[in-house]
Amino acid sequence: MTETVKANNLDGMASANIDARAAGTTMAIEDVTLRYGDANGVLALDDVSLKVARNEFCVIVGPSGCGKSSLLYLAAGLNDATSGSIKVDGREVIEPGPDRGMVFQGYTLFPWLTVRANIEYGPKRKGLPAEQRKQIVDQYLNEVGLAPFADHYPAQLSGGMKQRVAIARALANDPAVLLMDEPFGALDSQTRGTMQKLLLRVWERQQKTVLFVTHDIDEALVLGDRVLVMTARPGKIKAEIKVDIPRPRSMDVILEPDFIALKRRILGLLHDEIDEDH
Amino acid sequence: MAQRRTAWTRLTTPFATIPASTATTLALAMWVVVIGGWALLSYGRVVPNMFLPTPGTVLETTYRMSLDGSLFYHTLTSAKVVILGFIVSSLIAVPLGLWMGTYRAVQAPLEPLVNFIRYLPVTSFVPLFILWIGIGIEQRIAVIFFGTFFQQLVMISDCARSVSRDLVNASYTLGTKRSEAVWHVIFPAALPAILDTLRVTMGWAWTYLVVAELVAASSGLGYISLKAMRGFQVDVIFMAIAAIGLLGLITDTAFRVLRARVAPWAP
Repeated sequence: MTETVKANNLDGMASANIDARAAGTTMAIEDVTLRYGDANGVLALDDVSLKVARNEFCVIVGPSGCGKSSLLYLAAGLNDATSGSIKVDGREVIEPGPDRGMVFQGYTLFPWLTVRANIEYGPKRKGLPAEQRKQIVDQYLNEVGLAPFADHYPAQLSGGMKQRVAIARALANDPAVLLMDEPFGALDSQTRGTMQKLLLRVWERQQKTVLFVTHDIDEALVLGDRVLVMTARPGKIKAEIKVDIPRPRSMDVILEPDFIALKRRILGLLHDEIDEDH
Repeated sequence: MAQRRTAWTRLTTPFATIPASTATTLALAMWVVVIGGWALLSYGRVVPNMFLPTPGTVLETTYRMSLDGSLFYHTLTSAKVVILGFIVSSLIAVPLGLWMGTYRAVQAPLEPLVNFIRYLPVTSFVPLFILWIGIGIEQRIAVIFFGTFFQQLVMISDCARSVSRDLVNASYTLGTKRSEAVWHVIFPAALPAILDTLRVTMGWAWTYLVVAELVAASSGLGYISLKAMRGFQVDVIFMAIAAIGLLGLITDTAFRVLRARVAPWAP
């Protein structure tokens, strides 16, 4: 299995070999640069290019402050790139929209709505009829195992439950791509493991395209089909690592030699970054 | 487990809860001290009754004025002035404050002007209002409005501005349009804080009542206080003050109940 592990140095070039399954590309990020402020401002992202294939689980890992979250905000349309283009299903991203669902690191459930109403929010904006909305909400409530909490308010839920609702809420819109910005970063490690398992199960059943950002290497390898390693600021894609660990994966996968080899590889890449930094 | 905490430890621990019975006892004790002190000073003739009436006299006056209906009449007039002034002010301040907190383009022109006006003493405008509006109830409502509106506007704009950006961002990724964000996200998210603001400013509205009835009023609790001053009827002044305080307490409680009903999700 290890021979399939590739770690290509891309040197910031737009690359042909990233597109694992180019035929079914959902999201294409091309030569994206982000500079805060004027021309002398901080360069957060430097010429980033990547493609996410349909139904692929793509993970970005990088040292903190490398701009990986910024990249996700650009993909969501919540911020504008200084240059470059981002396309989802061939359409240029110019503003946020329900085709790019997002789960944030912080808790962003609407506190005035019950769990049910939070999940129903997107379908309601879309103008779906009540009957269809109820069907969608029930489906995703069951998917994340929160049917008994349908009428609870977010304040009555634990951190892990809130993020489960956030995932259900994003999926209820049936987005082309699900953007996840360190969604389990604020959770304790046990809950994080449970959430990863749940996310994998949901992803395998729902067949979704996911772009997931984290600084946790274990998390990246447990979840992803492919891991992109970013450099420290300014952020660039430094390496691409295919994770050929068979699915469905259990949480014990972190003890297997293949996994550890991949982890060592990524750790090495990240340590270079941290050493360069100091 | 460690030894049970003593009652004294519990009472002196920061933020610790105390039994409801203890809280009630303490609240009652406070009133006993205040009214007891008053009784001591007045019945003991420490302060002449001409300046400080006895509790008995005040109760007697209250009873007499309740019987002939005049207390009810004056209370109603005052409540009408305060509540109308407050409602008119709130009806404009809530939407405008939401806009102001949401859009920099609304905030930029309004904020300097509002911050200038809100430091002006309301009393200095009373002569102007009499010239402009006359001496009817409208003039009194205008005083309450003027005292409340600009404070409300600044506070409600702050409520809107402190809504989490990520909440708004999340709503965008769920299909909310930019024009819908104020109504669908910022307003409901800020609602508990807005209701708290309304409750606090309602209290301020009551404090402007006597100023509003200072000139040219012919009824109301402020008016009877002023009239009583000329006739040295300190007991009537005491009764009017107590009535205003009691009305304030009632509206405050009403707002707490309203907030619990409208925003049960907010702590």
